[in-house]
Amino acid sequence: MSESLYEQLGGEAAVDAAVDIFYRKILGDTTLAPFFEGVDLDKQAAKQKAFLTMAFGGPNNYSGKDLTSAHAALVARGLNDSHVTAVLNHLMKTLQELKVPGYLVVEIMKIAESTRNAVLGR
Amino acid sequence: MPQITYEGRSYVTEGDETVLDCLLRHGESVSYGCRAGACQSCLMQAVDGAPPSDSQKGLKDTQKFDRQFLACLCHPTTDLEVAIPGAAAKTYTSPVIDVERLNAEIARVRLGLPAGFKYRAGQFINIVAPGGVSRSYSLASVPDEDDYLELHVRRIPSGLVSGWIYDELKTNTELTISEAMGQCFYVPARNDQPLLLIGTGSGLAPLYGIARDALRQGHTGAIHLYHGSSNQDGIYYFEEMSALAEKHPHFNYTPTLSRPHELPKVASGRAHEIALQSLGALRGWRIYLCGHPEMVHGTKKQAFLAGAAMQDIYADPFTFVQHPPKAVG
Repeated sequence: MSESLYEQLGGEAAVDAAVDIFYRKILGDTTLAPFFEGVDLDKQAAKQKAFLTMAFGGPNNYSGKDLTSAHAALVARGLNDSHVTAVLNHLMKTLQELKVPGYLVVEIMKIAESTRNAVLGR
Repeated sequence: MPQITYEGRSYVTEGDETVLDCLLRHGESVSYGCRAGACQSCLMQAVDGAPPSDSQKGLKDTQKFDRQFLACLCHPTTDLEVAIPGAAAKTYTSPVIDVERLNAEIARVRLGLPAGFKYRAGQFINIVAPGGVSRSYSLASVPDEDDYLELHVRRIPSGLVSGWIYDELKTNTELTISEAMGQCFYVPARNDQPLLLIGTGSGLAPLYGIARDALRQGHTGAIHLYHGSSNQDGIYYFEEMSALAEKHPHFNYTPTLSRPHELPKVASGRAHEIALQSLGALRGWRIYLCGHPEMVHGTKKQAFLAGAAMQDIYADPFTFVQHPPKAVG
């Protein structure tokens, strides 16, 4: 059996390294910042970790329904495709900074992109 | 197999199951989410026994110190008694030693140490006022250094509990207080790490305790404490803080006033803005934030963006309540 994507990336340690960089990029992005107003940073960082664990093909129990309900209030406040694209770009840049091999970046971006419709409630 | 005790009920684990699976299998309703150690929804605390360190991944040092763990990652090797952190706070009775009004808005309250009461400098207690209303106040005292509990209570206009404490509370009154709670305290690890403490108003109380606790436990890294207020009365304990800085060359104290003033030795501006500007990058720093919720919230984010790790930023959760049912102090 070949190694899973999660194992190839280095498991939890890889997720931790990525969360740190990824979350700084997102919080520093002025187009995304309004959606994080009043949000507890610790809880949010835990959610980012859960999202990256999923994108890295790791253990998770998230369903499309969870993603939709978690983002419903944000969609009502104007969250749209441009914001999802911005987040995905930050993810790609994070992976490049961490020197993740290109063929794995493609795999991760595919998983991440697959959440778009659920996040936007479509 | 190890046995798990929760709310007085005990269950024997089967095979290699986790604490979470064991509790769920027996119909206990405990919260959980990802079941992979990421979302921290299933955070629990061992009140008896030690959780395996594998189950404490991603938690803050203070949480590990308090034997908190993630139930979904916890494959117990020994018997554990577990609880939801802060769910069943014990109460104590404590006599008022004295109430001293430091100025027009802040009173220093000293309470007798109840038998068996344990705390760490920087944690908070709830005080129950007549009528049953309770509010949280941070401890400014240090265990093993002070033989009393010290609180700094800021009188909030029309504040039920703070007004009662400031105006009416008398020596020898027996108060009902909760056990000490909160994750905002000093952990004696990495003692050469620079520390940044920012407090506004009576948010100085826990920081005064944390700074003295760090010094007492031999912290060698630089300690920078910024205390901000919008008015002059808010800059209390100036002498005590200056004396501490005098005694410990690696402890730096900067009082700040956001309104125009002519006080020497007091910086002009907001405490967090002055701190972030003068310290620059915060990679590797440990940070404690107490006081006005907006300051705490905004500074947490700015400190993270300035390079501090999320695990190294401490602030108590009640400072985030939108319409504060609890006073900060």
